[in-house]
Amino acid sequence: MTASQRTTIVASLLLVGCMLASVVLLRRVDQMRTMATLDEVLYITSPKTLKRLSLGYEGLMADIYWTRAVQYFGRKHHQHSKHYDLLATLLEISTQLDPQLLVAYQFGATFLAPQPPNGAGMPEKAIQLIEYGIRNNPNDWHLYYELGFIYYTDKKDYAGALEAFERGSRVPDAHPFMKLLAAQMAQHAGELQTARMLWLTTYQTTQDKQIRANAIAHLRALQVDEDVTNLQRAVTQYGEKTGHLPPSFSAMVAAGVVSRIPVDPDGHAYKLMPDGRIEVRMPDDFPFIEKGLPPGYTPPQPKLPPSD
Amino acid sequence: MSGRIVHIASNTFREAVRDRVLYNLIAFALLLSGAAILVGEISIDIEKLVVINLGLTAVSLFGIVIAIFIGIGLVSKEIERRTLYTVLSRPVRRWEFIVGKFFGLAGTLLVNTFFMAIGVFAALLYVAHRFHMPDAWILVALYFIVLQFLIICALALLFSSFSSPLLSAVFAFSLFVIGSFAEDLRGFAGMAHGLSRWLATGAAYLVPNFSALNVISSVAHERPVAGPLILYNTAYALTYAAVALCGAVLIFEHRDLK
Amino acid sequence: MLAIEILGLEKTYSVGFWRKRPKHALRPLRLAVEEGEIFGFLGPNGAGKTTTLKLLMGLVFPTSGSARILGKEWTDPAVKAQIGFLPEQPYFYDYLTARELLEYYGQLSGMSEKERGPKVEAMLGRVGLHDVGGVQLRKFSKGMLQRVGIAQAILHDPKVVFLDEPMSGLDPMGRREVRDLIEQLKREGKTVFFSTHILSDAEALCDRVAIIHLGELRGVGAVAELTSSIHGKVEIVWQGTHVPESLKNLGECHVTGDTVRAVIAEENQEVAVEALRREKLRLVSLVPVRASLEDYFVQKLKQVDKMQGVIA
Ligand SMILES: Nc1ncnc2c1ncn2[C@@H]1O[C@H](COP(=O)(O)OP(=O)(O)O)[C@@H](O)[C@H]1O
Ligand SMILES: [Mg+2]
Repeated sequence: MTASQRTTIVASLLLVGCMLASVVLLRRVDQMRTMATLDEVLYITSPKTLKRLSLGYEGLMADIYWTRAVQYFGRKHHQHSKHYDLLATLLEISTQLDPQLLVAYQFGATFLAPQPPNGAGMPEKAIQLIEYGIRNNPNDWHLYYELGFIYYTDKKDYAGALEAFERGSRVPDAHPFMKLLAAQMAQHAGELQTARMLWLTTYQTTQDKQIRANAIAHLRALQVDEDVTNLQRAVTQYGEKTGHLPPSFSAMVAAGVVSRIPVDPDGHAYKLMPDGRIEVRMPDDFPFIEKGLPPGYTPPQPKLPPSD
Repeated sequence: MSGRIVHIASNTFREAVRDRVLYNLIAFALLLSGAAILVGEISIDIEKLVVINLGLTAVSLFGIVIAIFIGIGLVSKEIERRTLYTVLSRPVRRWEFIVGKFFGLAGTLLVNTFFMAIGVFAALLYVAHRFHMPDAWILVALYFIVLQFLIICALALLFSSFSSPLLSAVFAFSLFVIGSFAEDLRGFAGMAHGLSRWLATGAAYLVPNFSALNVISSVAHERPVAGPLILYNTAYALTYAAVALCGAVLIFEHRDLK
Repeated sequence: MLAIEILGLEKTYSVGFWRKRPKHALRPLRLAVEEGEIFGFLGPNGAGKTTTLKLLMGLVFPTSGSARILGKEWTDPAVKAQIGFLPEQPYFYDYLTARELLEYYGQLSGMSEKERGPKVEAMLGRVGLHDVGGVQLRKFSKGMLQRVGIAQAILHDPKVVFLDEPMSGLDPMGRREVRDLIEQLKREGKTVFFSTHILSDAEALCDRVAIIHLGELRGVGAVAELTSSIHGKVEIVWQGTHVPESLKNLGECHVTGDTVRAVIAEENQEVAVEALRREKLRLVSLVPVRASLEDYFVQKLKQVDKMQGVIA
């Protein structure tokens, strides 16, 4: 073997070895940095400064900050954190760098407004963000929709929601749904059907994976809540008819108060408790349900897939 | 280690010195003292912050520019001018030449950074009147900057071993910019799907990761740097530089000198 | 032992940006150089001399073939300590002084510090650069650089010295000095392999020469051997200004004053004398002309061109 061949072999082996090692090390560094990010401060919080720093490449910078926002939320959520201090700032920066970045507004509405651990618990900030978006994109009905949504779900401010949907329905090319939603707000504020319609619209009008998953979880919860309400009413009917609590769902079917043995969205049968209460079999699988929970139930920490 | 590597390295250093590379220190000193005086006029609270941020950023940028502009010529210029002929017709192996050049350039930057670091601390003393413990983290930030230089030197050398100086400069500088956003790049990759996810992830691990090596703003806020991070960053920078150097050696070992 | 043994080294470059064409810089070359010889490697510009030397120095890689230097494989790093090389139109680190450059090259050649100091000074003296040893090379003229180049090639006392066009770019005095130096090296028992396109230098110096043209070897041998192998010429001078018809196409005739001078091939001598006799012209002298290396060279190159003309 010549000296040159020896050099080639050694250099090749070293190259492959070091490359693998560098990837492993990088992963370690990343892990450490991720943990550090949780309490990291943002050093430059002023979007104006960042705009200057980005030397005219605001679009790219906005995308970078948008990615950071998503990663930040995903990681913190995965860590069951109750504090999302940077989320609002990150989204503000992204949208001020690129005011047309619609997905950032949507993300803000979905995850900035709800209470922890499902969101940052900052509905006011979320409203601010969306209003800023509306000022910059007055003809996009999605933003009014998001705004109404926050008022309806997180603020329980039905008048506010009504106004938002109404403003949105006047935008050219607005989804016909907006008028319907405005009407619903006026008539049945706070009803299951309205909520279902809202989440369904959210699901249909977004491509974002996290937002969609969140909408599905809410829709499933609404289904459970509705089922439990209906079953509970049937139990009461059965009691009125027979004078005692139903021993089983089959007895209820026989008595004609329900048409069939009901199952939850996962296909599991509901539980009929001896005291006549209805419970879901796997409460952990339905993070947002308000009915059918065992007494004293504490929800487990939510499980969203980690975003990386 | 062979003495020839040391000789080549010290000759590389001598070349840089004789080409008046260290004159950049004058520009650096002017910039820093100007900033220190100016900031002192404006605000008392943030002057230290600005001096550290500006000082360390300047150390980093000056060094990167020097590393790229010397690094890209290290091999190609010697081929172009045929100075290599009389070196490689001696008992000098081609890999020794590459490694020697690397250490020479790294040494040049180390000396340059040393003087700049003195400048930063002097400016700090000027605005804050005394040092206190957290200022020691500035040393860590400087150390990370030197690690960045090692990577850039190795990359510039790699490009220099097969491409023209201008192209090498473009390559090296783009890698520096992309590498500074390496963590975001991996973020993007994580959000992609299918094949593009694989490609993006591959690319994200291939580019040098400068974001973790940049703790300037963190130390400016007097935040400590985790010990294990220092360790892993060191190991990472060394292995990455080694990869680039091995690439340079492999290319250079087999190329004809025109 | 053979100092240099070239075993079919061949180099084909591929040229052209889009459509690569092969460029045969060197056809498979076989050549052996004895130890202690001064060997001239002759050929016109573009013949492949530099290519051969770069192959031997390991600066470019051969398309095929190999070589042995001092009995070892030519890529063996151990060989490098025993050879010296002067590239064509050498250029050195111009930020160094001549002394520093030699010092550096001494280090790279593995000379010890003790050995280096005196050797560098001696070498500067030997090539006549002692007074400018402390001047940066960027201030050196072409001729001075050539001297530095020679100094670095022999600094570490190599057994075999390769010189690529060592006399080009030098004034007549400088060329004379380089010639003396090469002869000195021979006396020291070194082997010198040098390329040139200046034939007179080779003729005066070389024990043997090789002639290369268009990448192909055309002839090898001692100068005397080569020149005697071609047919000699005679110079013929007669009185008067008249040139007989039959003499006109035998060679060029120059009329100077009242004599005519012609150089013709040896075999035509009889015909020419007969013609002069018939025309009653007075023959002044008839002298054989010794064939020079140049004649051999020109003849060899012509041969090829003729051959190529036939092929084309
Ligand atoms: N790097 C190269 N790429 C392509 N062709 C080359 C290269 N180097 C030399 N050549 C060609 O090879 C031939 C021989 O060149 P060279 O060895 O330099 O000749 P010489 O030294 O005898 O004048 C020339 O025709 C030259 O154009
Ligand atoms: Mg030549």
